[in-house]
Amino acid sequence: MSEVLPAEGLLGASWLLIALPLAGAAVLLLGGRRTDRWGHLLGTATVVAAFVLALLCTFQLAGLEERSADVDLFTFISTGDLDVRAGLLFDPLSAIFALLITGVGSLIHVYSIGYMAHDPARRRFFAYLNLFVAAMLLLVLGNSFVALYVGWEGVGLASYLLIAFWYTRPAAATAAKKAFIMNRVGDVGLALAIFLMFAQLGTTSYAGVFGGVGTLAGGTITAIGLLLLLGACGKSGQFPLQAWLPDAMEGPTPVSALIHAATMVTAGVYLIARSAPIYDLTETARTVVMAIGALTLLIGAIAGCAYDDIKKVLAYSTVSQIGYMFLAVGLGPAGYVAGLAHLLAHGFFKAGLFLGAGSVMHAMNDSVDMRRFGGLWKKLPVTFVTFGLGYLALIGFPFLSGYFTKDAIIEATFDRDDWLGWTTGGIAVLAAGLTAFYMTRLMLMTFFGRARWEEGVHPHESPSVMTAPMVVLAVGSVFSGALLVSIFPLSDWLEPVFGEPEEAAHVIAPATIGIALTVIMLLGVLAAWLFVGRREVPVTAPVRVSPVTRAARNALYADTINESLFMRPGQWLTRALVWVDNRGVDGAVNGLAATLGGSSSRLGRAQTGFVRTYALGMLGGAVLVAGALLAVTAG
Amino acid sequence: MTLTYYLVLAAILFTIGAVGVLVRRNAIVVFMCVELMLNSVNLTLVTFARATGTIDGQIMAFFVMVVAAAEVVVGLAIIMSIYRTRRSASVDDANLLKY
Repeated sequence: MSEVLPAEGLLGASWLLIALPLAGAAVLLLGGRRTDRWGHLLGTATVVAAFVLALLCTFQLAGLEERSADVDLFTFISTGDLDVRAGLLFDPLSAIFALLITGVGSLIHVYSIGYMAHDPARRRFFAYLNLFVAAMLLLVLGNSFVALYVGWEGVGLASYLLIAFWYTRPAAATAAKKAFIMNRVGDVGLALAIFLMFAQLGTTSYAGVFGGVGTLAGGTITAIGLLLLLGACGKSGQFPLQAWLPDAMEGPTPVSALIHAATMVTAGVYLIARSAPIYDLTETARTVVMAIGALTLLIGAIAGCAYDDIKKVLAYSTVSQIGYMFLAVGLGPAGYVAGLAHLLAHGFFKAGLFLGAGSVMHAMNDSVDMRRFGGLWKKLPVTFVTFGLGYLALIGFPFLSGYFTKDAIIEATFDRDDWLGWTTGGIAVLAAGLTAFYMTRLMLMTFFGRARWEEGVHPHESPSVMTAPMVVLAVGSVFSGALLVSIFPLSDWLEPVFGEPEEAAHVIAPATIGIALTVIMLLGVLAAWLFVGRREVPVTAPVRVSPVTRAARNALYADTINESLFMRPGQWLTRALVWVDNRGVDGAVNGLAATLGGSSSRLGRAQTGFVRTYALGMLGGAVLVAGALLAVTAG
Repeated sequence: MTLTYYLVLAAILFTIGAVGVLVRRNAIVVFMCVELMLNSVNLTLVTFARATGTIDGQIMAFFVMVVAAAEVVVGLAIIMSIYRTRRSASVDDANLLKY
């Protein structure tokens, strides 16, 4: 971590990056129906302005000696020993994220103008999108873990609101709740990690934590690393918290493209890359990161092969690709840059693929069932070409972006040259083949073969306001990999954050890996052609299938496992607690009250209302007292 | 002088009063019996005051008389209003205040 300098010039105004979309969201939400007519234009304008500002800031940053700028804003929390300053850190790492978020965000805002044109709640949609961009920028630009946490919760909220955007659909409302609750599990981990940092180091700022982390005991560092990883897993849909991401596809497609493919779900990768100084000190936590990444990338790839819902296939593909990024950042210094390069390239091609899927859905009356697609390449030429380029980039077709970035990750994994490296590297290679299989299956079922459209569906190409962003993203999918790896190396740009890139050991020659991966990819494509392409696709899914297919269709029973392992015991526990509360606690209190009430009503019978009875009682009492006095004095 | 006569007289008066309160139903009679008990006590107080040659008992008797006078005013007013509403002065008829 290099020295942090106070920001000057334009960088001092980098808080505007967050303020612009936030102001847009506030105007649109508070303005109500009055802003309906121009709300989408304002929402898009704020994000485009933020993108321009981010570009200018990045250019200024590139000119700085230290390539790092600290923008101190105001005191956020000051109580006792805790003093949290709200501030921004604009360094190469946050710069690439700010560019990705505002850049892809701008394109998706433009696309949404067309996609949501007929939705009566389009203004609300743009308000939430702006809110998301603001929160996400705070997440990546904050200069302390607390600022990151505020952004972290903000994107969680925006994600919840946008998944449930069509809240009258029960499936959307349920998916939003599922996403929110599973994210909460991860957030607890992140919160505990921050508490632990504060308890041990007395500070939560990046500079303070990374400066002091070396003095901590090894166990504490590992605990912080694992808790941060739990938070990252929740947000990024990694094992064991991956089940919410595919369900989140209930939201509008631009949301899936922006939040659940390009930006928010990569926040976990950002968190681990940002916390590199912590992970550098704990081999155990890094091993767990790698293992989780490898496991998730395989789970995602297997599940992606079996679904017929075009968005769910892309969602599992996202889960799988983020698994690659986790695998990379788990490698430590050797992998950070590779993981982030894949993250950026993935941001381009996966956002493009989702926008293409949205365009297909637009043409097919919002159907997502690939079994009812087919033969669309003639009807949707622009969508077909842009989607096809994204597809080739994703499966790692030579010299497109995925080829460079995925290769780099697998190379770095094998370079570890130990059992872990060989195992996870092998899984990554296998999953690369599966990726080619499920994406080719998707392409064949959607764009090729006989048209299996439902009655009354007349596919038509989307308006240019939707196709233009797809074209830009397709160009990015083609060139970003080569750009980031060879022409304008990301490792040089990120050098102030992660240090001088090490000379790779090259256990296997890079050319060998490149050729091997290309062969595996071609095998996957061939398998998809054999299973799907050369046969007629039935319009309903076959019922009698092998156990493997059934497991894959159920996403390897992730929901079942979650339900039987956590949900049901939780339900039993709450039921037992309710029973104890009703019968035990309430029973004791109610029993006491009933006893007192009963005895008092029985005693109350003595109050007959006859004055002479009372008089007799008084006389009797007086006689008793007098008798007692006499007995005492006489005795 | 001997105290016995006075004290026995006071005891007889008190007993008549107490029995009257317990057995009679007419509120006026009950009320007069209460007065009888108060006055038997007054007699006892005055007797002992005379016997010991102190003045405390006589002062107490005056207090009792004043309280009794006040009580007569309040008590008779209550009996009057009960009679007006219920056309009866029986203490057993006014038995609403119960469980």
